[in-house]
Amino acid sequence: MTTLLNVKDLRAYYGQVQALHGLSFSLNEGSLVTLLGANGAGKTTTLRAICNMVRSTGGIEFDGKPLNNRSTESIVRFGIAHVPQGRGTFTTMTVEENLQLGAITRKDSAGIVSDIERMYAHFPVLKQRHTQQAGTLSGGEQQMLAVARALMLRPRLMLLDEPSFGLAPLVVRDLFGILGKINREDKVSILVVEQNAQLALELADQAYVIETGRIVMSGNAKDIANNEEIRKSYLGY
Amino acid sequence: MELFTNQVLAGIATGAIYACMALAVVMIYQAIDHLNFAQGEMAMFATFISWQLMQWGVPYWGAFVITLAFAFVGGVAIERILFKPLAKAPVLTNVAGFIALFAIINSSAGLIWDFTIKQYPTPFGSSPFLGSQLISTHQAGMIGVTVLLLIALYFFFQYTRIGLAMRAAASVPESARLVGINTSWMIALGWGMASAIGAIAGMLIAPVVFLEPNMMGGVLIYGFAAAVLGGLTSPFGAVVGGFLMGIFENLAGTYIPGVGNELKLPIALALIISVLVVKPAGLFGRHIVKRV
Repeated sequence: MTTLLNVKDLRAYYGQVQALHGLSFSLNEGSLVTLLGANGAGKTTTLRAICNMVRSTGGIEFDGKPLNNRSTESIVRFGIAHVPQGRGTFTTMTVEENLQLGAITRKDSAGIVSDIERMYAHFPVLKQRHTQQAGTLSGGEQQMLAVARALMLRPRLMLLDEPSFGLAPLVVRDLFGILGKINREDKVSILVVEQNAQLALELADQAYVIETGRIVMSGNAKDIANNEEIRKSYLGY
Repeated sequence: MELFTNQVLAGIATGAIYACMALAVVMIYQAIDHLNFAQGEMAMFATFISWQLMQWGVPYWGAFVITLAFAFVGGVAIERILFKPLAKAPVLTNVAGFIALFAIINSSAGLIWDFTIKQYPTPFGSSPFLGSQLISTHQAGMIGVTVLLLIALYFFFQYTRIGLAMRAAASVPESARLVGINTSWMIALGWGMASAIGAIAGMLIAPVVFLEPNMMGGVLIYGFAAAVLGGLTSPFGAVVGGFLMGIFENLAGTYIPGVGNELKLPIALALIISVLVVKPAGLFGRHIVKRV
């Protein structure tokens, strides 16, 4: 297994406030890794730092190449698709335009057309609504759209920021099922940040627990899920 | 009745120009959330360039195309040099930037070409259009060119990938960057296009208002009024607002006693204020809700 993403001693700052205090972790090609932690632990900041959306120092390597000091839009071209918190939907545009925007850096128009069809097969509800304004979709549908938009890049790594946020439990189950399928079948590596630790641990291979900007625990997702002490003290279930 | 039809048609012709100016203003407003007070001066300067080219013997349409290219590059350059560094600056800093730009372009034009009024040619002639006394061929040409421009812009934004990217960058910049769009260059591109659209408006209106450094002052105020009326967040609204403004201006000047030519401009300003008070989002704009 090769390392796809390697983060070393990452420190991030919002103005004068330091949000990450030397955080290190790695993700293997093809794996599904989850970052867990309470509100304000630094999970979102970690994802934002990878895409250079927040000021940070330390080493971030993707497939052996450093990502530091590159602009957000050029990091996308490495094959890193980021689904931000709140989904980042282009609400005034149609569902189909949202999907096309996901592939805006690609040049193969035939591949884009067939990928849009593939997304409609993954998410039939998007096909039904392909001419609707994306802002009229329900929260769950918008999250599907956000995942589909990210997949339109044909990413090697997908970063997901709290995909379960604001969704009904059944919809969350559905979504996580699809994420697992994408990971296995399309060989997309996934780094998912979650507050719903139970569900994320069921899905993930590897897990890291963050507390106040530091990794305090890491290991096999099954082991962490089975360790009652960790569950009680860090994950709250 | 003939007077009425005549005034409406003439209103549509000048409305076409207001629509172009309003569209240019809205394009920049969408990209950077500021009103470009120098939009009219940029258009005026481009019109002078085309005039100069024609003085040097370039035929009208040749000068037209070269001027569009010049205006586009100039618009991009202004954004890169002046407004990109101000992107995170407070509103007032930007306003000062626009006023400075206004003054610089206005005085440069005066310095280079002086302030005397110049004749500007029309490629359409000014005979009656299709033998009708209602509208001149130049007025018909103004409407025709504007309609072609609007159709071209519609197709550009609706059916090309770069148009899609520009819309995305203007509507949700952060998401646009996360799909790999270079939003900074999209803004520059928007400036270039707005500048070129303004140049078209300037070249079309110059035969009517004559060429001089202050020729676009009134036109831009009508353009602002049109943009506010249609909604600053809606390019479609800006165009509709432009045509409505042109018709309204002419009818008010003809039928409201005491308005005449002198009071037309205050009417535009009164309209801006009334819209802002009664329906701030304009006819087609969307309400911007901000969470705090």
